[in-house]
Amino acid sequence: MSRQTRTGPAALAVGIALGGVALGAIQAKRKQGRSPDDAPDFALRQRDGEYDLVGRSVTIRKPRDELFRFWRDFGNLARFMENLEKVEVEDAATGRATWHIKGPAGRSVAVRTTIESEDEGRMIAWRSLDGSDVETEGKVTFEDAPGDRGTRVGLTIGYKPPAGALGKAVAKAFLREPEIQARHDLKRFKMLMETGEIATSARTKAQTRAAKQENAA
Amino acid sequence: MRALTWHGTKDVRVETVDDPEIINPRDAIIKITSTAICGSDLHLYDGVIPAVKPGDVLGHEFMGEVVETGSDATLKKGQRVVVPFTIACGGCFHCKSQQYSACDNSNPVEKQDMSATLYGQPMSGLFGYSHLTGGYSGGQAEYVRVPFSDVGPIVVPDHLEDEKVLFLSDILPTGWMAAENADIKPDDTVAVWGCGPVGLFAIQSAIVMGASKVIAIDHYPHRLELARQLGAEIVNFRTTHVREALMEMSGGIGVDAVIDAVGMESHGFAVDNMMDVVKQKIGIGADRASALKQAILAVRFGGKVSIPGVYGGMTDKWPLGAMMEKGLQLRGGQTHVQKYTKDLLAKIEDGTLDTTFLISHRLPLEDAARGYKNFKEEQDSWTKVILKPGMEKAA
Repeated sequence: MSRQTRTGPAALAVGIALGGVALGAIQAKRKQGRSPDDAPDFALRQRDGEYDLVGRSVTIRKPRDELFRFWRDFGNLARFMENLEKVEVEDAATGRATWHIKGPAGRSVAVRTTIESEDEGRMIAWRSLDGSDVETEGKVTFEDAPGDRGTRVGLTIGYKPPAGALGKAVAKAFLREPEIQARHDLKRFKMLMETGEIATSARTKAQTRAAKQENAA
Repeated sequence: MRALTWHGTKDVRVETVDDPEIINPRDAIIKITSTAICGSDLHLYDGVIPAVKPGDVLGHEFMGEVVETGSDATLKKGQRVVVPFTIACGGCFHCKSQQYSACDNSNPVEKQDMSATLYGQPMSGLFGYSHLTGGYSGGQAEYVRVPFSDVGPIVVPDHLEDEKVLFLSDILPTGWMAAENADIKPDDTVAVWGCGPVGLFAIQSAIVMGASKVIAIDHYPHRLELARQLGAEIVNFRTTHVREALMEMSGGIGVDAVIDAVGMESHGFAVDNMMDVVKQKIGIGADRASALKQAILAVRFGGKVSIPGVYGGMTDKWPLGAMMEKGLQLRGGQTHVQKYTKDLLAKIEDGTLDTTFLISHRLPLEDAARGYKNFKEEQDSWTKVILKPGMEKAA
């Protein structure tokens, strides 16, 4: 599979390409064309013109609060977002943190973020601060799933690529199969929360994706 | 270590490959003492399962000794275990509902897309059975890495030798679940297509569950004889008109339940099957399903259809009308092995189930390629092959 051989900056963690339009605007626009059924936005058959898919969701068999708390500590995100090197939390209360994203040619891209709004146990929204290499915002929502199926976790991320050569390289990387990257990262989150680990079929440590990416960088 | 690897259609070899290592906290490494070739391995051998890669280690029926454990594993070194072929996490929605073969979390994320596209949702991880189901190295080897070792493997008592318990890994629970899926009631008449190992265990299970009559259908005399020894009546489809026979043998209304233990490489001379053979050969992906189609016509109105035989894709000329008009219930699925191992181990111990009658050959692992060839080409006499890594190769 070609996807496996691609390493390095495969996307801004769970990067969804929005072509530099803020999330709020997108969502407002999507609402206009919204069909009157009860399905989530992500399942919309008709896209809104120039704007493609903006997010993904996964259902995890764990209580909302537990998932919220895990995500709220941004330091945990690098455990399941494949393209995050690490996240350094500077202030837990405001959620100020620096995300180190695997960049082209072994370089890493730093994004400083702050939590813009949050609803305990239900939603966290963050955005990048001025001076970051990439301008980005994201939102994760936690809703009770039907029956005893746990929690539906929805993720939406948008970004505006920076100018310059590095920016172009990063943007190119972000645009690469962002939908797949988002889905995969959310599934890794599910695995981690439901089983405590992320499944790999590697027979040896050297065959794991992490090891292969390290070697390629 | 030495391991049986796949290199192409009808090309498997025993080679030296890297030893497995503990990677995740719940892993264990098992030193294989016995492993078997499964009928479904022949689908890989014949090249009709997609996404098998050269160098893949095959084998999903195996047992052995725990030699290494991860930090969160609950097994102890030295324990003797049989390992289910289905890899299951124990924590997801499906595992919690005992539908272990539908585990959400055992197929690595990047391998899930293929089967999700084919089936609507991704398949779970299986040992040694293509990259559709994870690309996990299998157990026809000296060692194997077992993920989620706290959920799958069952510890077996020392007084039960390997051959008695090995089949807990797949074919015994698969035969048992096949009979369970046929929803057998006392006095039921049950027809089983295919007297391979799964079919034979389905026959035995159906009898244990109280079926009044079990009819076994095959064309290999020795396999039919094994079925007869279990207590089944037999029908040879080479010499007998199967549907007519089944009508006569079931009081004129058709059998209550049918079990297709044949799967996607069905034999048969019907026109639709010959068309399917051609399509499968030229790679346009049709499953040959002549046994299943015959079963659907043979079962009575309101009857039950159980499908343990492996299918992977699409089929043509499906008797949809018969299914609807006759009000049939269909059940299939990979086996939820973990759900059955404990009960079936008890049934082996108390003698309710005989698990050794079908073993025809015991070979050193080094002879595995010969085992595949003969299991494929000499189906009448090679009914079940066990491979032993430690065994001396015959001169």
